[in-house]
Amino acid sequence: MYALEISQLRKTYSNGFEALKGIDLRVNKGDFFALLGPNGAGKSTCIGIISSLINKSSGSVKIFDHDLDTDLIRAKSRLGMMPQEFNFNIFEPVQEIIANQGGYYGVSSSDVKKRTEYLLRELGLWDKRELQARDLSGGMKRRLMIARALIHQPDLLILDEPTAGVDIELRRSMWDFMREINRQGTTIILTTHYLEEAEQMCRNLAIIDHGEIIQHTSMKALLKTLNSETFVLYVNNNLKQLPQVKGPFALNLVDEHTLEVDIPKEQSLNDLIMQLDNQGLKIDSMRNKVNRLEELFVSLINDKIPQQPQEQA
Amino acid sequence: MKNRLHKYWIAYTTITRKEVLRFSRIWVQTIIPPVVTVALYFIIFGNLIGPRIGEMDGMSYIDFIMPGLIMMSIITNSYANVVSSFYGAKFSRHIEEMLVSPIPNVVILLGFLTGGIARGLAVGLAVTVISLVFTNIQIHNLWVIFSVAILTALLFSLAGLINGVYATSFDDISIIPTFVLTPLTYLGGIFYSIQLLPDFWQNASLGNPILYMINSFRFGFLGITDINLGLAFSVIIAFIVILFTISMHLLNRGIGIRT
Repeated sequence: MYALEISQLRKTYSNGFEALKGIDLRVNKGDFFALLGPNGAGKSTCIGIISSLINKSSGSVKIFDHDLDTDLIRAKSRLGMMPQEFNFNIFEPVQEIIANQGGYYGVSSSDVKKRTEYLLRELGLWDKRELQARDLSGGMKRRLMIARALIHQPDLLILDEPTAGVDIELRRSMWDFMREINRQGTTIILTTHYLEEAEQMCRNLAIIDHGEIIQHTSMKALLKTLNSETFVLYVNNNLKQLPQVKGPFALNLVDEHTLEVDIPKEQSLNDLIMQLDNQGLKIDSMRNKVNRLEELFVSLINDKIPQQPQEQA
Repeated sequence: MKNRLHKYWIAYTTITRKEVLRFSRIWVQTIIPPVVTVALYFIIFGNLIGPRIGEMDGMSYIDFIMPGLIMMSIITNSYANVVSSFYGAKFSRHIEEMLVSPIPNVVILLGFLTGGIARGLAVGLAVTVISLVFTNIQIHNLWVIFSVAILTALLFSLAGLINGVYATSFDDISIIPTFVLTPLTYLGGIFYSIQLLPDFWQNASLGNPILYMINSFRFGFLGITDINLGLAFSVIIAFIVILFTISMHLLNRGIGIRT
């Protein structure tokens, strides 16, 4: 049984725009799954259909084997949803928003009370529980939506851009929280534009573009396909021109103290550093230009590398 | 099955509680204004102009208009509560909290309707209390008073929900009350007996559903009516059935709330 099973899902809007062109997607129970894609790729439409806010044109969606067409209520009861945009009543107090959501899922008031306190404490909102939601900061509002999505202890949690606009310290604490939720058995589907986040958290992923799934594989398998990396080198000397080096290194002069170099994955950096050292150039420090997944993502979207066979961890 | 029904009951009470809290929190905007408006009606039409008008159907004018004024408050407030709450939920998208939850549409509908009825009756009660200052309230048939008040509040809560479903801006939620509801209410026999009208307008008035509600409500207080009570209940119930069916159809199709 899959946590989520999508078959031949299509959505054509009334203006004729084909947002989903017959996608197939399977997410294993207990997985931490990334659904990635550029803006307008079809992610939100897909999530909207799963959460039954958007009517599909054709195809099927099953949540833990409950078909949305024939067993909608049971399917919904297994799903927790944190949308990208704030969709709570800003005039309601924090704890009331969560308690109401629990009530909609039929959770008894005593359980709602206990779980609300647990979630608000875990997410650092307990002190704000009596504030109206409009008085919260952006990051707090995001955490409020996570708490709301978890009040009925869903088996499948969809997080649509959960850390958008959240500072790095808070983002990391939210990552820890999500990992813990996943460790306890909740399947999580994450969409994010922070690909570092997806790379660190998710075991499997799908990339959607122009309404089609262009990758559906494990994170490990995808990262294996990356055959080059870009490093940024900070040089002590003043660089007037691009140093000449031998070997498979593509150098680029960024400014008089900075070099960028593309190197094949199997190639050691030692050779390059020695060559630069021989030319009297001293390297102060270096870093990866972008994270690996980001590089792959851009390549895939620009159709630079071939699709890999489907493989999930 | 029993477990599921229990969950639906919790969901229903949650929506109802939320709706009641919503209008209770802003009681200065929701409860007080209709009370002030009706008090002004009593002062102007009852105390100042009423004695010059004389009796209406054997009653003093202020006593005659009292049931209609209470009914007018119930109608406008039950309608306003549901249309503003439903459209507000759509506008700020917190309707999605319910739409993603495992609640059947009928439970969502009943929750909103109960909120509308609660506000209609709360305002109706407040207006009744204020009318004690100006009139000598008689009770002819308490059962008729309660049943007509509840059924009317239900009917206009349904109408408010349909308006809320179709509304795409805040203008849309005031157009129907201003251009349809208010004229029909004023022409529905609050201030006069239709017996005073020429035959043509008497017959035309019979096409106004609010006439049936006001007259049956007036019967509950004063024991007088221009309309047969059985016919009045039949018309009210028929409208409820029609509007309920339309509301369920709209929610099931997701019109105005799902893409």
